Amino acid sequence: MVSGKRPGATDVVEINPMYLFRWEEAQQAHVLLYPEGVVKLNEAAAEILKTCDGARTVDAVIADLSARFDADVRDDVLEFLEVAHAQDWIRVKP
Amino acid sequence: MPKTGSGLSLDGLGLPLWLVLELTYKCPLKCPWCNNPVDFDRYRNELTTEEWKAVLREGRRLGSLQLGFSGGEPALRKDLEELVGEADGLGYYTNLITSGVGIDAERIRDLKKAGLKQVQLSLQACDSELNETMVGIDVFDQKIAVARELKAQGFPMVLNVPVSRYNIGQTQAFIDLAADLGVEYIEFANLQYYNWALLNRSELLPTREQLEESEEVVKRARERLGNKPKIYFVIPDYYSERPKACMNGWGSIHLTIAPDGSALPCQEARLIKELDFPNVRDHGLDWIWKESPAFRKFRGDDWMKEPCRSCDEKGKDFGGCRCQALMLTGDAANTDPVCTKSPHRHLIDEAVAAARVRGPRTERPLYMRQRGQENLAAAGDD
Repeated sequence: MVSGKRPGATDVVEINPMYLFRWEEAQQAHVLLYPEGVVKLNEAAAEILKTCDGARTVDAVIADLSARFDADVRDDVLEFLEVAHAQDWIRVKP
Repeated sequence: MPKTGSGLSLDGLGLPLWLVLELTYKCPLKCPWCNNPVDFDRYRNELTTEEWKAVLREGRRLGSLQLGFSGGEPALRKDLEELVGEADGLGYYTNLITSGVGIDAERIRDLKKAGLKQVQLSLQACDSELNETMVGIDVFDQKIAVARELKAQGFPMVLNVPVSRYNIGQTQAFIDLAADLGVEYIEFANLQYYNWALLNRSELLPTREQLEESEEVVKRARERLGNKPKIYFVIPDYYSERPKACMNGWGSIHLTIAPDGSALPCQEARLIKELDFPNVRDHGLDWIWKESPAFRKFRGDDWMKEPCRSCDEKGKDFGGCRCQALMLTGDAANTDPVCTKSPHRHLIDEAVAAARVRGPRTERPLYMRQRGQENLAAAGDD
């Protein structure tokens, strides 16, 4: 269910509780599991989703990832969050 | 069930990502399109709880992720909760595929506690009278009560509608009902014509006009409702020009274990009598998946004949469905006759041409799923 607004810089986002996000050894990748479906994530996507913990703002996430990867990842993160939101993987915490 | 349209399009690295356990062929319903074998009553030696648990462990070691508990009616097994608990502990995403019969609030609580993630509930009509006509017993109110209870207890839900000429006119009513129930997904699964459904094909196949009307209703509903609920619409492959990418290819991502332990590349595969399907009572799942002749038979594209062999779409649809090729053309290695490139396409066109709206006087009674109908399998449609 795509619901609510798109994630903005001051929003706190979390993974849709209907989805299960975890490492899958056999795929050597993080996966999202949901009713009758599987998404295999690349490393960048998995790193961003790990930060969607319902505790930090998008701004804080961007600062954290930029520091860890020593690069300005703002545009990449915002773009991914928009896709993830459209796919219903994440939602903005009310 | 050769299902398309929902979610999974993923290179599984050759692993059986999808494991379906048909816990039993027993079912209180008598659906005349049931995808269980017509001689289902022959298979009474169901796996024990411990045997199913061994399958679950081996499946996870092989890389299975999505798990469907199916049947028959899986809730008829008293050990369903125990098996769900085992599966959840192993790391599967657990789906229950049920008619809702035999489930109540207490069982739903227990299933939730055991770790069940999602429920797919079947509904055949939006009123109790038609629902009874279609499944042979009066269970409509029970199904609606189960749906409400599942939502009240927080389960994500798919409402699965097996679509035929009988209920296609209720498309709008189904969508309204799904929205009212608050389910996340409604899936209009036009019937696939195998086993019981093939016996009843002339009575069940909707006309092209009915199908187009129904698709239009779905389109308008999507515009109006967005993704609440998300609507999947699986068209009957008879109305396509290309075959469905059945099971994403034979032995590619899907593994079904039948009630007696037979391992199948899809739930209908037993139709292919020439193949000797391995049993989990005799072999490890690893060997079954990777080495057994039955699973290697149509894996990849070496087995293909023309027109598939030289077709540039063979990597997209894998030649369609092996079971359908066998049933309708007599050879499982033929191109699925749904394909307009198939020399057997006329078989599909004839069935489509014969589909027409019937009134009460022109209807032939449906062959309802029941014991002792093995002779029907040979008789076929019409």
